[in-house]
Amino acid sequence: MNVLSAACALGISAAASAQDEALPAFKTLDSVEARVQGCVTCHGQSGQGTGNGYFPRIAGKPAAYLYNQLVAFRDGTRTYPPMNYLVAYLPDAYLREIAEHFAKQRPAFAARQETKPDPSVVARGATIATAGDHSKQIPACVTCHGAGLTGMEPGIPGLVGLRPPYIVAQLTRWRVGDRRAAEPDCMKRIATRLSETDVFAVATWLSLQEPPRDSSPTSSNLLRMPLACGSQR
Amino acid sequence: MRPRTRIGLLSGGIVALALVGVGWLYFHHGYLPQVPGAVVVNATTQTINQGEYLARAGDCVACHSTPGGRQFAGGRAMATPFGNLYVPNITADDETGIGRWTSDDFYRMMHTGISRDGTLLYPAMPFASYTKITREDSDAIFAYLLSVPPVQQQNRPHELRFPYNNRDLLLGWRALYFKQGEYVPDPMQPAQWNRGAYLVQGLGHCAMCHTAINVLGGSSESKAFEGGMIPNQNWYAPSLTSNREAGLGNWSLKDITDLLQVGISHRGTVYGPMAEVVYNSLQYLSDKDVEAMAVYLKALPQRDSEPLPTSSAQLVSPNVMELGRKVYAKQCAMCHGDEGRGQPPQYPPLANNQSITMSSPVNSIRMVLNGGYPPGTKKNPRPHGMPPFSHILNDEEVAAVVTYIRVAWGNSGTPVAAAQANDLRKLLPE
Repeated sequence: MNVLSAACALGISAAASAQDEALPAFKTLDSVEARVQGCVTCHGQSGQGTGNGYFPRIAGKPAAYLYNQLVAFRDGTRTYPPMNYLVAYLPDAYLREIAEHFAKQRPAFAARQETKPDPSVVARGATIATAGDHSKQIPACVTCHGAGLTGMEPGIPGLVGLRPPYIVAQLTRWRVGDRRAAEPDCMKRIATRLSETDVFAVATWLSLQEPPRDSSPTSSNLLRMPLACGSQR
Repeated sequence: MRPRTRIGLLSGGIVALALVGVGWLYFHHGYLPQVPGAVVVNATTQTINQGEYLARAGDCVACHSTPGGRQFAGGRAMATPFGNLYVPNITADDETGIGRWTSDDFYRMMHTGISRDGTLLYPAMPFASYTKITREDSDAIFAYLLSVPPVQQQNRPHELRFPYNNRDLLLGWRALYFKQGEYVPDPMQPAQWNRGAYLVQGLGHCAMCHTAINVLGGSSESKAFEGGMIPNQNWYAPSLTSNREAGLGNWSLKDITDLLQVGISHRGTVYGPMAEVVYNSLQYLSDKDVEAMAVYLKALPQRDSEPLPTSSAQLVSPNVMELGRKVYAKQCAMCHGDEGRGQPPQYPPLANNQSITMSSPVNSIRMVLNGGYPPGTKKNPRPHGMPPFSHILNDEEVAAVVTYIRVAWGNSGTPVAAAQANDLRKLLPE
């Protein structure tokens, strides 16, 4: 009983602090912090994400990746109506500044949610993420997203801290052609080789990983990638 | 009257109007231009530059390009209450664009709404406004369009429902709502006012949104600039002739020019469709032209036809007021201030702001649900934005906080129902 109420209390305080991170707040009116208040109710004050698992952590992702996404939302090549609407009339230079602002942030990771996933699902996810699936020609996530899955400069996003609803939705969108990256679209080639079960397994495994001590993306010249990716040019 | 009878009458009416329209078209003088145009093929840099400026003033690019697509290549779907229209290619491509047009063809289209091949244009093309522009300005715009890179892209046929897919009906529409003719300066008014009127009524085509559109897709001249819902976009274009809405009678000229050209001002901020207009068009206009528009808009007759709401219409239950106050203190006060004064011009004031208190609460509810960024303009390239709250506040909370800002601090608005918030929540932001 004590354990249960302690767990409840923890849950409530975690939820409350997630809520506070989502509240508008800034010190100086003429600052980037004040200007990006339009982002905070979904992505958190420092881009760490909020209580809703669909809204991704954007903090620390490579600036060029974030910039590409903002431009794609503005120009309608990536579709998510709330984002398309918000950035519709913002010029390139400002979108770059917003991207660079969130790329610099290193907020703490939210506590992982205690779940008891099926071990076979976790094992399949681990295989895809760390070793790949030779039979389906799926390279491991770590070959491009970095050993710590913190992404790679300039165009590959970190995956740590992203929760299953977001990962599943994005991989599914790629599989059905709703989401695209610059050609050659390496992620499209990979996503179409993943089954629905694979997508779920990878998302589940990712949600169980301990956040790295340093969440900075890998430098662009450290890894050669197994597939050519337009977003790395 | 039963709905079926009304539809029957309406259809009969449309047919009758079409017949009237046929007569009008055949017997009305001057629907073809009488004055031969300039030879645009040898246009000078100065003319082309002027044409580019005027094309900006007309915001041609907003409809004739797809986001991220080639400029002026058309193809954009324009949703109307009558079905989808697909905007044509107006690049200089010989086969699919207007490369083989002459300046006469172009002027006739702008002035009369009749295309080169004799087709009547649907009034989504604002020819009822563009008819007011001068031959010289039409020629300059045409010269500019010929100078941009041609794009070969076939026009997509419109997808209008019966009976609106029958272009003959446009004859009736034209008889009712279209008055052809270039702008005639008012000699009683100063040149600056006339320049503003020319831009607002002509290229600016402000009446397309700021005048209500009726069931036939027309707007009545007697109701010019009195405001209305923008079909299919679910934003309310406020009246420019009422101080209870966006009437500018008691605004300073500086606030009006800031709103139009910068996108933010000490009185209010543009979002949604008006942000698009500022982003693509108004920010590029000269200070002189924007000021002329402001002078004209400020001088529009204010017809405060709508009385202030009575104190009983303003009554709000104490519970709702308290809920609204709590939400406001937690989510809104950081930027808009405890007393609703805002931090203008970056965060607009809510107290004594006509766009908050006007009778339609649609725009305020939408802003609370979806947030918004003003356009990034030359004079405000890094605008401050407002976050969405649709995932944080339920319908009761949205209605309560919108009610609160409409009646607090001496504001003269009326309460909003949770159902209104729910209706707008179900729509995707545009």
